Amino acid sequence: MRLPLLALLARGPAHGYELKQDLEQLLGSAYPQPNVGQIYVTLGRLEKSGLIEGEDVEQSSRPNKKVYHLTDAGREALRAWYEETADEPRVRDEFFMKLALAPQTGLADQIALINKQRRQYLNTMRELSKLAAAEDRDNRIAHLLIEGAMLHLQADLDWLERCQEELEDLQ
Amino acid sequence: MSESTAPVLRAEGLVKTHYGEGAPAHAVRGVDLSVARGEFVAITGPSGAGKSTLLHLLGGLQRPDKGSIWLDGECTDGYDEARWAVERRRRIGIVFQFFNLVSDLSVADNVELPALLAGVPPKQARAEREALLEELGLTGKERSVPGELSGGEQQRVALARALVNHPPLLLADEPAGSLDSRGTREVMRLLSRFHQRGQTIVLVTHDARLASAADRVISFFDGRIVDDAALDGGPSSGKGISGVLELKD
Repeated sequence: MRLPLLALLARGPAHGYELKQDLEQLLGSAYPQPNVGQIYVTLGRLEKSGLIEGEDVEQSSRPNKKVYHLTDAGREALRAWYEETADEPRVRDEFFMKLALAPQTGLADQIALINKQRRQYLNTMRELSKLAAAEDRDNRIAHLLIEGAMLHLQADLDWLERCQEELEDLQ
Repeated sequence: MSESTAPVLRAEGLVKTHYGEGAPAHAVRGVDLSVARGEFVAITGPSGAGKSTLLHLLGGLQRPDKGSIWLDGECTDGYDEARWAVERRRRIGIVFQFFNLVSDLSVADNVELPALLAGVPPKQARAEREALLEELGLTGKERSVPGELSGGEQQRVALARALVNHPPLLLADEPAGSLDSRGTREVMRLLSRFHQRGQTIVLVTHDARLASAADRVISFFDGRIVDDAALDGGPSSGKGISGVLELKD
């Protein structure tokens, strides 16, 4: 959450609730929204480490709100973020361990494990399709987010298929 | 059994072996299947698992070595090629991976032809064609020939052709197999829409995105059904969609 908040502040000063709204608008309704408390906590930490600064702005009928802006150090951290490439997604290691260890425990059948896991992925895929259908057509970023999730899931399903092909031969 | 309660499609003990050069290929090894009216069933599995052969058996495009198929409760054991051809106009619509449109006929003629062959009066065939092409966003393409259209458009024409006689059953064999991501989404959207209106669909696909549009997914491996799961659409166990959508630092 830290770096996305810095990135949102690169455009100009904003208060916590505005940042939450900006994020919602950008990523669409599909994105699991961080709660506003989480955002305030993160902003507090960013301020403590000198990456942003907050200024109290008086409001007539409500308590003061804090408007944050990026510091030079914050802009530098953001620049460094854009310079790195991101890590690769990881193989589903928990499921893989279950699968690999199943025969020696005598507690689960590998093919049954694969079938159960596939059902879950397919149900999630179905939910993603529904989300995509419900999402604003013009929000490309939101659609790309959902499509990315679907393609990852597709890869996991293809991999389950490979596991099944190999392990069925052994049975 | 009355027509309304019988499954649209039922198969029992289907077996099909291909004999070519080398060892015989056991494409379908004992399949039982029942598809109720209004169901949308996807059959998925790796290529070479025999799922296309299974679909061809269900549409009478190939004949099983063993086993039987019932359409609306009626046994098809005695059907010859000509009878199957009639059923593929009346009771079964089929779309294929490579569209299989008649390349030198216009879009309009491709869609109207099965209606005319089924004895629908020309005026009505034209009306059906116009309604379907409009629904599928192909108005204005009537006079084009298939080669002038994109893959996605050709598949929509094939879908119109398959549905022009309002068959109770639609069979789809890798309908997005030669389309890009956008074309795949389009096919998925259209199949879902026809399904919501009550169309019974059996779809063969290796694409899980497409399969997830169905409400029942059959996993097919090595000529057999290994899993048959209803997708309830309810929240899956585990973190479900928020887990796969959340962007992590």
